[in-house]
Amino acid sequence: MILNEAFRKKIGLAEMLKGGVIMDVTNAEQALIAEKAGAVAVMALIKVPSDIRKEGGVARMSPISCIREIQRTVSIPVMAKARIGHFVEAQVLEALAVDFIDESEVLTPADEENHIDKHPFTVPFVCGCRNLGEALRRIGEGAAMIRTKGEAGTGNVVEAVRHMRTIMREMRQLTTMRPDELMVAAKNHQAPFELIEYCAKHGKLPVPNFSAGGIATPADAALMMQLGAETVFVGSGIYKSLDPVNFAKAIVKATLNYKDPAKVLEACEELPDGMPGIDVRQIREEELMAGRGW
Amino acid sequence: MAGNGKLYGVLALQGDFEKHQLALERAGARQFEVRTVDALREVDALVIPGGESTTMLRLMDYYGMFEPMREFGLTRPVFGTCAGAILMARGVMSPAQKSLDLMDIDVERNAYGRQVDSRIVEIESKIGPLEAVFIRAPIIRRTGAEVEVLASYLGDAVLVRQGRHLAATFHPELTEDTSVHRAFIELVES
Repeated sequence: MILNEAFRKKIGLAEMLKGGVIMDVTNAEQALIAEKAGAVAVMALIKVPSDIRKEGGVARMSPISCIREIQRTVSIPVMAKARIGHFVEAQVLEALAVDFIDESEVLTPADEENHIDKHPFTVPFVCGCRNLGEALRRIGEGAAMIRTKGEAGTGNVVEAVRHMRTIMREMRQLTTMRPDELMVAAKNHQAPFELIEYCAKHGKLPVPNFSAGGIATPADAALMMQLGAETVFVGSGIYKSLDPVNFAKAIVKATLNYKDPAKVLEACEELPDGMPGIDVRQIREEELMAGRGW
Repeated sequence: MAGNGKLYGVLALQGDFEKHQLALERAGARQFEVRTVDALREVDALVIPGGESTTMLRLMDYYGMFEPMREFGLTRPVFGTCAGAILMARGVMSPAQKSLDLMDIDVERNAYGRQVDSRIVEIESKIGPLEAVFIRAPIIRRTGAEVEVLASYLGDAVLVRQGRHLAATFHPELTEDTSVHRAFIELVES
C-alpha cells in the first residue's frame, strides 16, 4: 500500500501546514516579513514568479547561501524549489535539510518526460497539478502535498480557480461511481487505481490539497479556501504590492477567516491595490508555466 | 454517547485542526471550530492542534486570543498536541517563546531534529498501547510535581496530565485510534 509509514510521516508535516499561508521569499529579509505576518512556512526561490516571467532565461534552484540564510533566520518550516525531474537538485536540498521540496513548474523543467521519483527521499515533496489525474500521478510518485498550479506570477486568479474547481469536481464525480466503474475512471484520469479508489471512498486526496498561482488579494485567498484549498501559497503578490508587511498580514487574516465576510472585508480594507495583473490569454503558449508537468 | 452534551472547541487558527475534529467525532464528542474569542466563550473544553507554534502564537497575539485562552485554561480543560503542548507549557526553549503556562512542564522545540527525524512508533502508556506519530516533535525536558506522566519514549515524557489538562508531544489525531481523545473526554466529564 502506498500509504506506508514513511509516506504517512511526510503527509504528517503537510497536515501541520493546513489553514494557513505559505509565502514565496527570495531572501532572509522577506522570510522575516513572512514569519512576522503569520505565514506557516516560507518557500525559498531564486526570483518571484513574476520576475522569472519578465526576465526569462533558465530558472533554477535557489543559491545555497540564500537558503541557508533563510533557514538561520526563521523558525517556521523552509521549503525550496527544485526543477521538474532534477533529482540532483532535490538531493542537494535534502542534504541541506530543507523541510519540503517543491518540484515546481515555476522553474525551468530539467526533464520533459519524467518527474522525480520522490519515494526514496526522506524529505517530503509538494507538486503542482491542474486536474485530478495529474495530482494522483504526482502522489503515486511520492508527493506528500499537492497544490493546484494556477498561473504563477500573473496576479490573475483565474487559472487557480479553474484548477481547483476541476480537481474538486473530478473527486466528487468519483464518489458517485460504482466500484466496477473505477478502473475505467483510473484509465481516463491516467492515474494509479488504488489512488482513484481512495478518492472515490473519501472524496478527498490522501494528502493535503493546497492552492497556488495568481493569488493577489485577500479576497483571492478566501475564494480559493472556499473552493476547497486547505492552505494557499502566495508568491509575487506580496513583494509586488506597495506595502508587503501589511499585505502579508491581510492575506493571512483573510485565509484564516475565509468563511467570515466581515473579517475578509477588514482584511481588504487595510490595503491599497494588489499587484498589477496579466490577462492569461495574452501570454504566449510557450511562456505558460502551468503546462509544464507530465 | 461520550461527550455528554459538552461542546469541545478545536482551535482552528492554523494546523491539523480538522484531524482533531474528526477524532473527537469518532470518539462521540460534539465539536466546533474556534477562530475567535467569541467562539471560545461557547465551548466547555479546548483542543490546541498540531501546527507551527510560532505561527499560532503570533496569530493568537494579533487577534487578541492569548489572554482569553490563558484565562480559559484556568477553569476549563485543555488538550494540546505537539505545537499545542508547546503552547501549554510553562517554559519553551530553542528558541525561547512565550506560552500559556497551563501545565508545569518545560519543552524544547524541534528537539528530535528537523523533518528527517520524524517517526512513527508503538509506545506503552497508562491508557494502553498507542501508535505515536512524531513530526518535528518537541521534548518535555522537565515535569513538575503535579504532572502525571502517562507515557514516555526514549526516557522522555510524551503524554502528560495535570489536573484536567492533557498534553502530547505526538499526534494521536493522525491515527485511527481515539484512546487519547477518549482519555481527554473522560477528564472533561470528571
